[in-house]
Amino acid sequence: MSTTGIGQSVRRVEDFRFITGSGQYTADIDRPGQSYAVFVRSPHAHATIKAINVEEAARAPGVLGVFTGKHLVADKIGGLICGWMIHSKDGSPMKAGAHPALALDKVRYVGDHVAVVIAETLNQARDAAELVSVDYDVHEAVVDLAGAQHPHRPRVHEQAPNNTVFQWHLGDKAAVDAAFGKAKHVTKIELTNNRLIPNAIEPRAAIGEYDRGSGGYTLYTTSQNPHVARLVLSAFIGIAAENKLRVIAPDVGGAFGSKIFIYAEEVVCVWASRKVGRPVKWVAERTESFLADAHGRDHLTVAEAAMDETGKILALRVQTTANLGAYLSTFASSVPTYLYAPLLSGQYDIPAIYCEVDAVYTNTAPVDAYRGAGRPEATFVIERLMEIAARQLGKDPAEFRMHNFISSFPHATPVIMTYDSGDYAACMKKALELADYAGFAKRKAQSRKAAKLRGIGFSAYIEACGIAPSRAVGSLGAGVGLWESAEVRVNPVGTVEVLTGSHSHGQGHETTFAQLVSHRLGIPLEQISIVHGDTDKVQMGMGSYGSRSGAVGMSAISKALDKIVAKATKVAARCMEVADDGVDFRDGVFSGLGTNKSMSWSEVALQAYVAHKFDTAEIEPGLKEGAFYDPTNFTFPAGVHIAEVEIDPETGVTRIDRWTAVDDFGNVINPMIVEGQVHGGIAQGIGQAMLERTVYDDTGQLVTASYMDYCIPRANDLPSFDVAMTNTPCPSNPLGVKGCGEAGAIASPPALINAITSALGHEDIAMPATPQAVWRAIRASHRHAAE
Amino acid sequence: MTRLAMTVNEKPVTAEVEPRLLLVQFIREHLRLTGTHVGCDTSQCGACVVLLNGRAIKSCTALAVSCEGANVTTIEGLAPEGRLHPMQEAFREHHGLQCGFCTPGMIMAAVDIVARKGHRLDEATIRDELEGNLCRCTGYHNIVKAVAAGAAAMGVRRVAAE
Repeated sequence: MSTTGIGQSVRRVEDFRFITGSGQYTADIDRPGQSYAVFVRSPHAHATIKAINVEEAARAPGVLGVFTGKHLVADKIGGLICGWMIHSKDGSPMKAGAHPALALDKVRYVGDHVAVVIAETLNQARDAAELVSVDYDVHEAVVDLAGAQHPHRPRVHEQAPNNTVFQWHLGDKAAVDAAFGKAKHVTKIELTNNRLIPNAIEPRAAIGEYDRGSGGYTLYTTSQNPHVARLVLSAFIGIAAENKLRVIAPDVGGAFGSKIFIYAEEVVCVWASRKVGRPVKWVAERTESFLADAHGRDHLTVAEAAMDETGKILALRVQTTANLGAYLSTFASSVPTYLYAPLLSGQYDIPAIYCEVDAVYTNTAPVDAYRGAGRPEATFVIERLMEIAARQLGKDPAEFRMHNFISSFPHATPVIMTYDSGDYAACMKKALELADYAGFAKRKAQSRKAAKLRGIGFSAYIEACGIAPSRAVGSLGAGVGLWESAEVRVNPVGTVEVLTGSHSHGQGHETTFAQLVSHRLGIPLEQISIVHGDTDKVQMGMGSYGSRSGAVGMSAISKALDKIVAKATKVAARCMEVADDGVDFRDGVFSGLGTNKSMSWSEVALQAYVAHKFDTAEIEPGLKEGAFYDPTNFTFPAGVHIAEVEIDPETGVTRIDRWTAVDDFGNVINPMIVEGQVHGGIAQGIGQAMLERTVYDDTGQLVTASYMDYCIPRANDLPSFDVAMTNTPCPSNPLGVKGCGEAGAIASPPALINAITSALGHEDIAMPATPQAVWRAIRASHRHAAE
Repeated sequence: MTRLAMTVNEKPVTAEVEPRLLLVQFIREHLRLTGTHVGCDTSQCGACVVLLNGRAIKSCTALAVSCEGANVTTIEGLAPEGRLHPMQEAFREHHGLQCGFCTPGMIMAAVDIVARKGHRLDEATIRDELEGNLCRCTGYHNIVKAVAAGAAAMGVRRVAAE
């Protein structure tokens, strides 16, 4: 078996440049003659702009230009768009307010873009930005999600009465009502899914450059999907035609969804590069990232499960209010709808589900996809419900889940999805064994002796990824198709370049994609290059998010490789003078069946270009093939996470004693990389459950706008993780892969909250369960007991 | 403007700089050594860690002029002879990086931890000592393994050199 092929923990090809400081991130790029942009941002959450005075700033040393929204309008530059149309249950389209890249009449959140100052140096731009004077008429801000829809609250956008963007629903209400009518037990919970700020360690950055000679623009940007950025900037915002706009997303330092979206700063830097006749560079400061990167989650939910006398779930009813912030970000509307409600069935056979979602504007940063995007919110609902229901019914939480597991596939849920494969009980059993569930009671007793509280929590999650079949998402409102493209170029000496529309920003595609090629062509990794992130090199692509790069991006490569192998085989057959079907290709060698003739991969590649030994009227010279792959279904990774915690009741500090994750990702290309994705996802989920709290005060000021106020996990907040896998191959793609990038972040928050509440003996504790919150919960129950 | 002289990655450098220039700006913008990164503006993330006279510092929190005469090592200078430093090797071998943005700071901090705490580092020590370095990708699991392995390998290489 090859040491570099599928299934091997190959060390990463891209690491050398990162460990030697040779990576090239957007902020590392300097263009000749570049100038620097600083954005003037709104200090108010909600205000009318009465006047903007830029004269003093424009006269400041080194300033090349000061621009406001009026300049963009004058140049017919359009506003930012939301690419997914949602219709309310009454059939009306969502009520979206305009989203200018630079504010026109109003500002709607602290950090909103008011003007840009461009100068010779960054310090000059900063100093001049201080001189831009804006006269605001400040209004009451809408901050509190629960009260945002009250008719007496101010409107964030005139177009959206009661600040309601849409009132959407999914499922069969009548069937659910009927099931609740005959239920023997009902479990009802109210949950908050806390707002998170993504915080890739690389801040967003953009460099716009205009070439007067060609009339073309180049944008270097921190993007997960440079082709989508080009499409939006061209077709919707109107910066330039696609053939005159090159978007380059070089090394990108983490993204987690927050770099999917097309942001105001990108629009302004590209556009302004022509205005000032110089490249324009902007790099976010961390506080700008906190203020103006799209945030994640932020749901209020009431959920109920109806059960029969055996604890079988009969129906689920969910009502959610989702905060979309001040404007609709690029994919904001899809997150609390089609990425959310279709996952509420979890791993369970639930005959009827009904979900209603109200999406709401507030004077806070836009909210969009963040690692998991809708699926963590759904998993939190169903896995909190399952845990609490088990406790109320006096059942073991693992047994209770297994009693309700789906056990045959394909399985159509009542909320759109058809799960294609899985073995949920196998994951659970393996996880119980690895976590030594049998020994938990003993460990709890030992903790009790030490005056500590020990708890265990489960999360049996599912996600829908490999996003997504184009026609299916089109019928649900998506503005784009979600296929992926690939091109395989074989050079005359047999080295291979693969151009992919996927984008790697930590996932290690340069390694895993090369492993696929190595596996298929039998050539070493050194002879394979993966090219991505440049619209001038890769013709088209949809980028990386929704755990789609393996299932969709690699499937496109696989499809292109099929064509390459077919053609190379034909060339080899002619060279060896055997029949086309008389060639066996294995481990990089073409052999003539029943002969002693053989040719190496590189010999055949050369012959394809030399073109002396076949009729070029029948076989074209060269060896280059492309493919577009559109998936036929979502993929459905699933698994079980078990968290075990020990709490010190004197301090409220929760120590995670052990974390067990057993995931079914289908076939795995590189186990080392996949495990790394799981680790990172769990860490972000633990951050959500225990540490990360986004606080806007009543006036809409973001109080947690730095790492001193917003706690992302540090090394000593986390344990090491026990990660294992099971495998039911995905039947819908040629590689049998399901996707792993988001699983950890989807699974982990309910596992941890279930563990903490198990230790405390409470039904609920709000996220993040900080030491202070845990300590208060313990005090409150002591008081309760005393009364 | 102030005249500044220091040694960076064993090469003498001189420049005329503004007194307010940060060391990290000097390294990135004047010397074009862009392996040292900036991830925050409050000295929390540690992406900018370099060695100043052999000790790890956050280069976003030092003025360049305060480093007059100092000996600075950045990630680019960690393997001057072309052979990777054992800590760099360990990060690759143990998959201690994903997007790579925090990695130079992590590696420089790890080298400093070994200098202060020795070659045998347990998990708790590593986790505590990495308090000043944020990673959003790895969950630290493999970083911890990499630092332990790198520390041990540094000990072996040192013994071999002696």
